[in-house]
Amino acid sequence: MTTDDRTMEAALGRLGVAAPRSLAPGVLAEVGLADRYARFDSPLGPLVVAWNGLGVSAVEAAPDDATFEANHMARTGRAAHPVERVPDRLAAAIARRLDGDRRVRIDLDLRGHSDFERDVWQKALQIPRGEVRPYGWVAAEIGRPKAVRAVGTALGHNPVPLIVPCHRVVRSDGTIGQYSLGGPGNKRTILEAEGLDVPEMERLAASGVRFIGSDTTKILCLPTCRHARRVTDGHRLEFRSMAEGQMRGYRPCLICRPASAAIAA
Amino acid sequence: MDNDEPLIAALADDLDASFEALVLAHQDRLYSIALRMLGDPRDAEEAAQDGLVRAYRALLGYDAARIRELRLRPWLATIVLNLCRSRLSRRPPPARTALSLDLALPGELEPRVADDRGPAAITATRDAARDWAELLLTLPPAYRSAVVLRHVDGLSYPELAIALDRPEGTVKAQVHRGLALLRTAFEASQRHEREEMTA
Repeated sequence: MTTDDRTMEAALGRLGVAAPRSLAPGVLAEVGLADRYARFDSPLGPLVVAWNGLGVSAVEAAPDDATFEANHMARTGRAAHPVERVPDRLAAAIARRLDGDRRVRIDLDLRGHSDFERDVWQKALQIPRGEVRPYGWVAAEIGRPKAVRAVGTALGHNPVPLIVPCHRVVRSDGTIGQYSLGGPGNKRTILEAEGLDVPEMERLAASGVRFIGSDTTKILCLPTCRHARRVTDGHRLEFRSMAEGQMRGYRPCLICRPASAAIAA
Repeated sequence: MDNDEPLIAALADDLDASFEALVLAHQDRLYSIALRMLGDPRDAEEAAQDGLVRAYRALLGYDAARIRELRLRPWLATIVLNLCRSRLSRRPPPARTALSLDLALPGELEPRVADDRGPAAITATRDAARDWAELLLTLPPAYRSAVVLRHVDGLSYPELAIALDRPEGTVKAQVHRGLALLRTAFEASQRHEREEMTA
């Protein structure tokens, strides 16, 4: 039994097949022209996280898939496709980040945002878990001490809340301020979940206290700085301004850099 | 699909806005190439996906003039083919080799009903396609790629010369040699089948 070339070529010509349906979305997500999304559990309840080959592109408290997809399209111009769950590595990285591990690397897709916004978010990433800094502190730290209001706006536009902890930036008068992920109530919830004594922070703020000093080290800190919280009651002094502390021979903490808050205040 | 000119113009004009069109236009053929080179659907999807991702990243670095000069069909085929080759080279040596075509035959061949033109014809065609796909996988990769690009993907010889980066005469010879090997394998499989039926 033999076969001629034409029969064989015709048989080979029928070996083309359709690509699996998952191929095109996979390619587009990998190059960052579309995103995938899934839900994950957070101290604020289930949230949506979206990502692509460039990094995490969104964290949002969307009530349903259609709302999230519409929001995402409006914000990024990209389609988002649901998947069953967040990939293990990303889920683990997010969990570690929420746990306070700032060294864990999470790539972010922040295309379309300004350098100023990125600077603000980068600075927010440096604030440790369980601590807060005033908007003015962020402004001074990124070299734009007058841009306090713009810092607030940039934090409000943070597309990846929780992963970039914009909730750790509060108003200069110590009140909790706005939060993009569901309002001030959620901001309080997440700060408390991170171990911050929110009522104490508010009490100090309401009584005009901006800095805490230790009379043994003569160091001046922001009230939530881990060094300030370590000072025992007998050695703890409260200050309303940097000048007040400096007059009494106190120097600013090198960790929380309270001078940045003082410039802007 | 054969005329990529509008697509290439669109890619040169706005890569991000038109890349999805490239994916949709070429995904079936690139997946088919990968599947016929690798045999495994999961492997093939990964290779095709990886190839398209690499294509996008390459295009990102090209200026508009360079994109306009691209021969998209062979260019994409080359990318996917290279990925298939590296996947094949990472695999453990196969149990059956091309050197022993007559002895070691694809095991999954099902009896073919040669004269059947009746109701079972569709099933027979599907079986035949699987048989040919199995036989293709017994070819050495160099001949397999030439035959796959020419006869499964339908590239012309000039396109094939670009895709394989060989003179046209060389790729023609590779295709012919590949077909000859394939015919030998096919005939051996038929012989094997007859022997099994009379055993």
